[in-house]
Amino acid sequence: MAHIVVHDAGYDPRLLLLDARDNVLVAKARLLAGETLEISGRRVAVSVDIPLGHKLARHDIAAGTKVLKYGAPIGSATAAIAAGEHAHTHNIKSDYTPTYSLSGEDERYREAN
Amino acid sequence: MRGYLRSDGRKGIRNTVVIGYLVECAHHVAREVAIPFRDQDVHVIGFPGCYPNSYAETMMERLCTHPNVGAVLLVSLGCESFNKYKLAHIVRQSGRPVHTIVIQAAGGTRKSIAEGQAFIAEQKALLELVDTVPMDASELIIGTVCGGSDGTSGITGNPAAGRAFDMLVEAGAACIFEETGELIGCEHIMAERAITPELGVELEASVAKAAKYYATLGYGSFAAGNAEGGLSTIEEKSMGAYAKSGASPICGLIKPGDIPPRGGLYLLDVVPDGEVRFGFPNINDNAEIAELIACGSHVVLFVTGRGSVVGSAISPVVKICANPETFRRMEDDMDVNAGRILDGGATLDEVGEEIRDIVLGLAAGGRTKSEELMHQEFVLTYKSFTPIGPSCLPSA
Repeated sequence: MAHIVVHDAGYDPRLLLLDARDNVLVAKARLLAGETLEISGRRVAVSVDIPLGHKLARHDIAAGTKVLKYGAPIGSATAAIAAGEHAHTHNIKSDYTPTYSLSGEDERYREAN
Repeated sequence: MRGYLRSDGRKGIRNTVVIGYLVECAHHVAREVAIPFRDQDVHVIGFPGCYPNSYAETMMERLCTHPNVGAVLLVSLGCESFNKYKLAHIVRQSGRPVHTIVIQAAGGTRKSIAEGQAFIAEQKALLELVDTVPMDASELIIGTVCGGSDGTSGITGNPAAGRAFDMLVEAGAACIFEETGELIGCEHIMAERAITPELGVELEASVAKAAKYYATLGYGSFAAGNAEGGLSTIEEKSMGAYAKSGASPICGLIKPGDIPPRGGLYLLDVVPDGEVRFGFPNINDNAEIAELIACGSHVVLFVTGRGSVVGSAISPVVKICANPETFRRMEDDMDVNAGRILDGGATLDEVGEEIRDIVLGLAAGGRTKSEELMHQEFVLTYKSFTPIGPSCLPSA
């Protein structure tokens, strides 16, 4: 496994392509909703804030296809993911065990605090 | 580098006094004994259960005879099932001073604390007279764990720890990586690195066992904060965690308490054997760290993205921060800023060398941030294992 940091000319320098086979990119810095990014030679508007370390689609990913990061499958898309869209638990699922995150109810307590 | 020579030929990089409680009912007395010495390398470990468990007994034996340990005080309530006589015997056979306080026989809390503190004061004075001997990198055992992982862990901190592992293995050290539950999805590529096909089969089987175990429990080895940090699935977390192993061939599969017989890279199988019995394999990061130390680790490399603050009893924990935003917030707790790889401030190789140098420096007077902050976390719970099979250590 390479783990080579690739600086691809076709991408915004705040994005990281970890392996040539990947269909997702990693944010090297926090990206804000409304910004435009250059991805695979296209200009794409960011629709939601994307924190450092989160992923976005490198190109359009069809529902049901494998999501590739580090050149390896990390799960399957549960919905179509457009290039530049935040790729995370709302549109990717594990092919092994379900991912645990705080539920809507837990989140309501966070807002109350 | 210099170390403390033990009777079994191993060398320690610390000369810690360990206080071991043998049931939760003796924990308070153990903690009170340690308080006046808390900044003097006196660490509390123990087992809370009252029912016998051979895994816990093995763990306590390996920890009390760890090369970083110079003397041992055992604290028993008196009626628990833990075999205190056997443990004291094994520690004594190892050449270390050992004393057992039985609270019921000593006359209760106050008298037990006084007796314990007198023993510790006496042992501290004696340990200060012990000379060190030269030590080589090839005599080290290094463990690695990741905790509070996020989307940066697999890009900066874990691969940098992997580079450090490659350099340490090259220098003849034994390096141990673990958490088979966080290698789910990597089993096939990992098996290809085994030095024999039979070991490769064992490596894959250990991950299949973990996948089945966690599936029964209904949760993967994945916390809510992992998702908040950008990790979407256990496979994604695994690919990042797997990078800690570096690129060396894998020469063995061991279980908690097994000491690597020689230098090289080993996988530690932390998931219990048989039916799911006592709950989650390791209830938190410190349970994993305790197992790496029970396998003889002199130092543990801990990669974090979200920001963990823990250290450990017995062996120093080097904290490698993968996320540059976390590093800025929590610098006092972090030994290495691997997040600077992201903005081009360093290469993976440079950070790998920095980690290796810190490890070697710990055997030459260096101390970690968590040691300075007196972090001495420890946890040990019920588990059950069968011994490793003959294919697990092929060159033995």
